Amino acid sequence: MRFAIHLDCPPDIAWDVVGAPERLPEWWLGIDSCVVEGNTRTIMTRSGLPMPELLLTIDGNLRRFQYRIDVPMFAEHLSTIDVHDLHDGTCLVVYSVDAEPAVLALVIGGAARAALNHLPEFLGVTEIP
Amino acid sequence: MGRKILFVTTDQQRFDTLACNGGILSRTPVIDGLAADGVRYERAHPQSVVCMPSRSTIVTGQHPTTHGVFMNGVPLPGDAPSVVEVLRLAGYRTALVGKAHFEPYFDPFLRFEENALSAEGTTPHGGHRRGFEHLETAAHGAMGPLHYSQWLIKNHPEALGMYYRTVDDNLQVNSEGGGDTGAPQVKVNPIERGIYHTDWVADRAIAWLDSIDADEDWFCWMSFPDPHHPWDPPESEVGRVDWREVPLPAGYPEDRAAREAIIDAKPRHWRAWYDGTLVSNYEAPADWVPATLTTDQVREVNARNAVEVELIDEALGRVLARVAERGWGEDVDVVFTTDHGELQGDFGLLFKGPYHVDALMRLPLVWRPAPSSRVNGGAAPAVVTRPVGLVDLAPTFCTIAGIEPPEWMQGKPLPVDDGDAETRGFDKVLTEWDSELFGVDVHLRTMMRDRWVVTAYLPGTSHDGTEGELYDLIDDPLQQINRWDDPDMRPLRDDLVADLWDSQPEARAERLVLEAPV
Repeated sequence: MRFAIHLDCPPDIAWDVVGAPERLPEWWLGIDSCVVEGNTRTIMTRSGLPMPELLLTIDGNLRRFQYRIDVPMFAEHLSTIDVHDLHDGTCLVVYSVDAEPAVLALVIGGAARAALNHLPEFLGVTEIP
Repeated sequence: MGRKILFVTTDQQRFDTLACNGGILSRTPVIDGLAADGVRYERAHPQSVVCMPSRSTIVTGQHPTTHGVFMNGVPLPGDAPSVVEVLRLAGYRTALVGKAHFEPYFDPFLRFEENALSAEGTTPHGGHRRGFEHLETAAHGAMGPLHYSQWLIKNHPEALGMYYRTVDDNLQVNSEGGGDTGAPQVKVNPIERGIYHTDWVADRAIAWLDSIDADEDWFCWMSFPDPHHPWDPPESEVGRVDWREVPLPAGYPEDRAAREAIIDAKPRHWRAWYDGTLVSNYEAPADWVPATLTTDQVREVNARNAVEVELIDEALGRVLARVAERGWGEDVDVVFTTDHGELQGDFGLLFKGPYHVDALMRLPLVWRPAPSSRVNGGAAPAVVTRPVGLVDLAPTFCTIAGIEPPEWMQGKPLPVDDGDAETRGFDKVLTEWDSELFGVDVHLRTMMRDRWVVTAYLPGTSHDGTEGELYDLIDDPLQQINRWDDPDMRPLRDDLVADLWDSQPEARAERLVLEAPV
């Protein structure tokens, strides 16, 4: 699944938030807390489910963040957040997720979409339709 | 003081499971009694044959195309129009007890208020949700964050593992078999009857009604999760119906070749699902192959389903008794229905999907108007044979409450007899299906008019848009003869299809998004 949002702000504004692994609970609704240790991040969902993740890519030049949820329920998982500079003072934030079982991509992707939709309010910027 | 409304729904119940509709397995004296005193509908259809779109139609009074919940997993926006909010603003006290499912169940982040509420209480943020002042939720077992599950965890943790596990380790609908025959979604459930979800829903509805002042008007949606699979009623009750004595359903040709010939005359996704080569939707176990279904499994599923229906009837009886004790008996309208049907062995299939036949579309619907309304010229007992839809419920509730139905409602207040139905133009009912899951999409538009059910297909994974189904409900009540390609039927088919497209409701401006599998 893939979702995107066009924001009326320079890419660094968005990247400072979505590229910082410890800031996830600030903008992702339904994540109460997270602990980052080295290349792992353990999130706690609002339902009380701990979910350890491997942080694969945090590339500030490319503005790419990738992580893999590391629980047995997922046979495979890869989520990628890209912040694209549109060179007009705006940016495009793209979240994509692949998972096996595929059902889980729907669950993660649905939540990611809600998180992206929350970004304008959180950042204090406007979404460009 | 006006008329109160007890709205009773079940989940996934066929028309022919009630004795008053000709059912022979379940004893349903309470509902039969309501039907005898009220209006029984012989052609009530849902506007979608899966839960979330259908329930969204009930609460909004709109077709899925308009409210936008086109398949399970698409949440109904919190600001969608709601008949319950209309009633609340008119002074009604409002509650939903049992299965809601306007928002997805798969929600580890508890993004949806229906799921998050159980940790906080029964009063939604802001005092109401969709007009419901009180939300106390349950689903098909002990899983999930809903109120019933939390209640079990707190009070009967020993019962948590007794229910069938509705999803498997891959989060797919579980195909594991059980019972005596190994039928999918069947399990021996040793749970005590008094704490089974059917009785819990009735208990909590009674508790809410007990909190209401005698002179207040109220709308209580009592929403039973059964007889939707899994078929795991309390084992103490299973002996009510011996599956070995259950006759095979009329819609289940025992001869395999005959069964498959019927399916082969339908659009190709029927056979593909039967053979296990195409899974188009999440509502049935993905790794279960319908062609493996045995006659004994069909019998056992039907027997257990019948037990669940009886438990619902008895639970409803308890609630009605409490209503009478409170002195409301003369002033309560009771509406009983379900959200959609169940294949339950027809054509050798179980569960549900993009299959617009009576098994899924013909629903039980009974409206027992408040007895006091008869004094003022209210409805007399009747049977309505003309088509109505669940889309007609919302304006009906408005009418009961003495409120003019808002313009955004697309149905009409239910007719009280066939004469009323004819006068007010109840001549057709629409049903739609749209699913887009893991690269497979299916799109159907269906209309029942006169004696015909016509389904036109839009292009999708398995269809090029030329396929269709056409059934004569009089000569072929089991919908086993698809006359779509019958040259003699072509003029009629063209007329029906033109009417079908002309009758399509207005589409929602902004398309909603699939956010979870269910």
